[in-house]
Amino acid sequence: MAQRDAAPALRHTPLHAMHVRLGARMVPFAGYDMPVQYRDGIIKEHLHTRAAAGLFDVSHMGQIALHPRSGRGEDAALALETLVPGDIVGLASGRQRYTLFTNAAGGALDDLMVSRQGDHLVLVVNAACKEADETHLREHLSSACRIERLADRALVALQGPQAEAVLAAIAPEVRAFRFMEARTITLSGAACLVSRSGYTGEDGFEISIPAGSAEALCDALLGDRTVAPIGLGARDTLRLEAGLCLYGADLNPATTPMEAALEWTIAPARRTGGLRAGGFPGADVILRQLAHGAARRRVGLRPEGRAPVRGGAPLFRHEDDAAPIGAVTSGGFGVSLDAPIAMGYLPVDAVAPGTRVFAEVRGRRLPVVVSQLPFVAPRYKRH
Amino acid sequence: MLKFTKDHEWIRIDGDVGTVGITPFAQEKLGDLVFVELPSVGAKFDQGASACTVESVKAAADVYAPVGGEVTEVNNRVVDEPGVVNASPTGDGWLFKIKVRNAAELDGLMDEQAYGLLVK
Repeated sequence: MAQRDAAPALRHTPLHAMHVRLGARMVPFAGYDMPVQYRDGIIKEHLHTRAAAGLFDVSHMGQIALHPRSGRGEDAALALETLVPGDIVGLASGRQRYTLFTNAAGGALDDLMVSRQGDHLVLVVNAACKEADETHLREHLSSACRIERLADRALVALQGPQAEAVLAAIAPEVRAFRFMEARTITLSGAACLVSRSGYTGEDGFEISIPAGSAEALCDALLGDRTVAPIGLGARDTLRLEAGLCLYGADLNPATTPMEAALEWTIAPARRTGGLRAGGFPGADVILRQLAHGAARRRVGLRPEGRAPVRGGAPLFRHEDDAAPIGAVTSGGFGVSLDAPIAMGYLPVDAVAPGTRVFAEVRGRRLPVVVSQLPFVAPRYKRH
Repeated sequence: MLKFTKDHEWIRIDGDVGTVGITPFAQEKLGDLVFVELPSVGAKFDQGASACTVESVKAAADVYAPVGGEVTEVNNRVVDEPGVVNASPTGDGWLFKIKVRNAAELDGLMDEQAYGLLVK
């Protein structure tokens, strides 16, 4: 509990005062003073999100619009396709897609959501990467696009089986949204970009709203007794159970899409023989791995005991081996499973579900079993 | 009477045996506990040595022996129900009992008032 001195001033989201008023415990995260939990604590917040609905402030994330200088939406999509392996040209207006910024080695610079909104694209990127991402976009896409940082907007997520009913009470049109649909509607008198997506494995919505209207919207949502505010602590346990990557832990510049078990993000059109094959950074590496496989792969891990196995723990093939064969990248406690869970990277000959390996925790080797991801079945509204 | 360490353990002395746990401040800071690993009965520790581990959803924390001595009893209930430590850190959520080797070591610990100022 040593005091750190001379920490740089933390930034506040537009909802900071609300968090304090709601009794949140605030912690530094990606340069922001963010709620890690509210009064109920992480376990109750996690379970509440799976049982009813949780409201998350994710305004620290970066929101960026790409406006094509030509005025033609397809030109913004073609430009972005030079930086990501996803099919952006094929993304219909009102639809959203998950993709990655890749580097020349095929590694991940960031993971992001992209939606097509008529003639432009809207990107949501990780907080810790947002300045670098914006620089990357300006460096490579400025001739084709005007890059607009949507700085004066909050971003909130409403997640859980009751999310649709809660949001539909103030905006009935959201009932018609399908998973990964993203459209502008009016909420609390403000134009909001609402997508049916999230980071919990539950059905739900992510809402981009002008900063000045964010607290009024949150007050309206929290006025419904089925909604509880949820901090970053439960956000992490929820996404881990859903098998979703955390950038900086499970993904980094040295992990490729194939290694990260994200090959589904490499669109058919961008694969060898596709309509717009390659053309993104690291395409040679990524498409070769797609054809021939990668040496290692991200897997789910279930410790056999009760002790959590956390990110950074080395993994060993046998209990007494000297050299590790991989490492845990995210680990903790699966609240809905009432058991520890983790994700990590292992050589491809050790990734079959049921394979038993050993994680080193406090000098001891604990057995962990490779497990299917996700740990908890998703409940997205795909119909 | 409770005595406290700067690392947020408490110890309650009864004769030559001390009952040890983590403070309300420590459980609050850690958040919901999900795992407790207790020492073995008979284990011997020097003052300040890591005696056992508590883990919350977010993090693991060492629990240090407030005084040197030998573990005489452990509270297995908190292994099955780690949340008891959150609910009752100085009561049902005690962790282990230790036979005090050198009572003079207790003199270096804080009383309730001094600890209260530390965590204010």
